[in-house]
Formats: sequence, structure tokens, C-alpha cells
Amino acid sequence: MQLTNRAKKTDKTPLTLAERTYLPGIAKGMGITLKHFFSKKATIRYPEQKRYLGPIFRGHHILKRDEEGRERCTACGLCAVACPAEAISMVAAERAPGEENLYKEEKYAAAYEVNMLRCIFCGLCEEACPKEAVYLRHDKFVPVFTSRDQVIYGKDQLVEDMNERYERDAWTKEEMQKLWAQQKPVNY
Amino acid sequence: MEEAIIIKGLIIFGIFAISLTIAAYETYFERVIAAYIQDRVGPDRAGPFGLLQPLADAGKLFFKEDFVPTLADKWLFIFGPALAMLTAMMTSAVIPFGDSIMYEGKEILVQAIEVNIGILWVFGVVSLGVYGILIGGWASNNKYSLYGAIRAASQNISYELAMGVSIIAIVMMSSSLSLRTIVEEQHGGNWNIFYQPLGFLIFLVCSFAECNRTPFDLPESENELVAGYHTEYGSMKLGLYLFSEYVNMFISSAVIATLYLGGFNYFGMDWVSTQLIGQFGETVGHNLATLLGVMVFFGKIFFFIFVFMWVRWTLPRFRYDQLMDLGWKALIPLSIVNLVITAAAELSGMALIVNWLGLAIFIGLAYAYSFLFTKTKASI
Repeated sequence: MQLTNRAKKTDKTPLTLAERTYLPGIAKGMGITLKHFFSKKATIRYPEQKRYLGPIFRGHHILKRDEEGRERCTACGLCAVACPAEAISMVAAERAPGEENLYKEEKYAAAYEVNMLRCIFCGLCEEACPKEAVYLRHDKFVPVFTSRDQVIYGKDQLVEDMNERYERDAWTKEEMQKLWAQQKPVNY
Repeated sequence: MEEAIIIKGLIIFGIFAISLTIAAYETYFERVIAAYIQDRVGPDRAGPFGLLQPLADAGKLFFKEDFVPTLADKWLFIFGPALAMLTAMMTSAVIPFGDSIMYEGKEILVQAIEVNIGILWVFGVVSLGVYGILIGGWASNNKYSLYGAIRAASQNISYELAMGVSIIAIVMMSSSLSLRTIVEEQHGGNWNIFYQPLGFLIFLVCSFAECNRTPFDLPESENELVAGYHTEYGSMKLGLYLFSEYVNMFISSAVIATLYLGGFNYFGMDWVSTQLIGQFGETVGHNLATLLGVMVFFGKIFFFIFVFMWVRWTLPRFRYDQLMDLGWKALIPLSIVNLVITAAAELSGMALIVNWLGLAIFIGLAYAYSFLFTKTKASI
């Protein structure tokens, strides 16, 4: 009874003298390994050369600003509610007159903190946000930390820098592959 | 005379230094070649292209804990790796690395000691080498180490027989045991590999076994015997064991190149030598020609070291009974056949033709035999 298509018929014919000396087989094998000696290497040399993580990779948190540099976050708390790990906490404040160039809405987050020890990078905060303010970056890991006072990320680490605005540079698999192909091999 | 002794000392010192340097860099090249065969890059962090890797490895080994098991025989435990290293280094003494250097009208051979029993010296010392492994494995007081050591001993003894018989054919051809004479006999393209293809193959296989290299690395066999004879070893004592293996690899490559590939001979060396002497005068020209010969010899050695590594990353390890079968049932009879063919060739006076004819007849007979008697036998 045949259960799968993977079964292979074994060759039970007697070995010839040449086969029994194993020398042709050894020569063939050595030829194969020598061919691999000259083939292209699959190695990515990590610190110099980084693999493109993919458009939907969920990494470091970011609080986006809009085109005029105003913070989008209105401290509604939906991200904190959506967060299954309860990593996000915030304090809301009212926008004072003259701060219209800083905050987009009348309400804003005076403090916004993500506890990186709790965060599981599920991305539910992104989905919950009605103002498109909180994202998980696709190109940056949360860096390694060595003590507990480094793990609570405040607005200083989260709010977007207008000089280096974060944009997701690929949204589809094809765009991603194009970016991947642009990664230059490092030789030294 | 004094200067001659100083130059001799420098040559001995140089040969030792070169052996050790090459052995150190073999560890690096082993990793690079392994990586290349497996489509990856290999060590490239320590220094440019990772060239400082052997130094880093040695430094690491020196700073590891130097441990002697309580129930081990302490002195033999220490003596084992020392003996392995000593015997590995001693063999290089008789290998003629080059022709000769002219210095103030005197001719100084590029060879530590020129003795007329050169090949016997190599064999004597190599057969002592097994003591290093055996003593180390026994003194560890660990049954896995002892198994590894016993395997090493029986493997080395088994393969030394076939090796010795294939050497006898070489000795019959050159009628001398001196390695220098054997090399000089091969002058002008008369390399022994052309006369002794079967002997070369046997010798190559046997030297793989003698060096405990894959596919004959049963003494170590890390996944069957923990680590074999050096299970209990750590720090630089383990380092010496591994290092002596690499020295052995260098030396056996040198011996193969000497015995079968003409040592420092290369095609057209007489022409090059006369050209150099004509260009630079008797002394300098001769020395330059010698230097060129030494370089050619090292090229051959490096080729064989590469073959050692190439085979390591191609073939899987033998099963122990297969290893013994190959040694006793295949290589020893084959080497005796080779001996008979060589004897006939030497007697007939037409060495090249009769050697190849004898080999062809032997292969034909083997084929006829297998065709007539083993055809219906099912393969395993």
C-alpha cells in the first residue's frame, strides 16, 4: 500500500567493481564540494550589513508628527486600552493658547510612556490609534538595555524627529524584494 | 666551519618555525575552506581577513583552566600531549626542503639532518607518535578516552603496514632510504607518481589514516565517543593534541610531496638554474635556484594540505569494521600487488611501461574476477 509519493525505489543491483572501490563516488563528491568552494556565499555580515526586516516588521515605537510638525497624539488612551500587556500609560493635558504649532488637537499627551519590559510588539496599539499617531517601526529594533531604569521609554525616545521623518519604505512583498536587492554586499 | 654550523642551526630553527607557523595557519585555513565549501565566509573578524585568528585561539587556550582529573595518572597525563607534539615535530628533521645553499664555497643542504636512513627515521618517529595518543587516552582514566586511544593505536598500526609496503616499492626504485636520494632520483620529471600511481593512492589513504584525519578520524569521533582520546583534556594540553595533528598533516604532506611528487624538483629546473647562474653568478644564482625549488616544494605541500581539508569536508567517517576491512583486506593486498609489479618493472629495465602494464593487467584481472564470480551476489 502506497501512502505517500515520497517513497523511493531502492536499487538492489550488485555493485560493479568500480563502485565497490568507491573511487568514482569519492571523485564525484570531491567535485561537488569543489564546486561549492567557488559558489556565491549566502552570508550576511551582520554589523556592517543588515537584512531588510520587511514592511510589516514590528520594532521600535514611534509617535508620529504631522506634516507641519505637530504631534498627532491626542491622548485618547485607546492604545493603552488595546494593549494586552498593559505597557502603555499616558497623562493627558489641554493645549494652551500659542501651542497650536506643537499639538494638532486641543488635547495632547503630556507624558507618554511605553514599558519595554512589558511590550510584546503585538501591534494592537497601531490598530487602535484613531489619529495614526503610534506606530511600530519596521526598520529599527528596540536596543539592548542592561538596567531597569532604561526600559521605560518616554516621549524623548518616542516622538518623531522632523529631521529624519519615519516613512515605511515598502508596503508590498515586491517593493520589499526590490529593497532587499539593493542591499550592498560588504567585502573586505 | 663555524659559519656552516650557524647556518645549519638557522635552517633547523627555520624549519621548526615554519612547521609551527604553517600548523597554526592550517587551523585558520581549515575553517576558511570548510566555510567556503559550505557556502559561507568563515573567520574574518580577528585582523584583516581574520588572519589573527590562530593567535586569538592560542590565547584563549592558554587562559582556559588547566585541569587534571583526580584519578588520572598525573605525569602520564601531562606527558601524553608533550609526546604527541614532540614526535610530530621530530619528523621534519629529515625532509629535504630544498637543494643546497652555497656559502663561502661550502655547500649547505636545506635540510635539518641528512641521514641515509631518512625514510626509516620518518617511520620510526611516526610509529612513536601513537604513544602520545595512547598514553593520553589511558592516563585519563576514562573509558571513552581509552576506547578512542585503542582505536587510534589499532588504526595506526593497521595502516602503517600498507604504508610501509608501498614505501618499499619506492625504495626498490631508488635503491636508497635517504629522502634526498629519493628526491634526486626523481629529477627531470621522473616523479614517482608516474611510476607508482597505485602506490601513491595507497600512501595517500594511509597518510590520511595516520594523521587521524577524516574519513579516518575514529580516535576523535566526537559524536560517538564524547571526544575520544582527548575527552579529559582542556587548555593548552588539548591545544597541543590538536596542534600536533596539524603539524602531522604538514609533515605528511611534505613526505607525500617528497616521495611521489619529486620534492623540490619541477619541470625545467635545469634550464632555470643555468639561466640564474648565468645571470647572477655561481653562488647567488645557485642560491636563487634553491629558493625557487623550496617555493615549489611548499606549493606542493600546500596543495596536499588543501586536499586533506577538501576530503575532510567531503567524506563521512568510516564505521570501525569498514576501516579495518579497508586496511587489512584492501590496502595491504593492493600494496603487495604494487610491490610485485614494481619488482617486475625494476627487473625488466623498462620501469614506466612495465609498471603501467602490470597495473592494467591487475585491473583487468580484478574486473574479470568480479565479472565471473561476484555478479549474482546481492549488494549490501
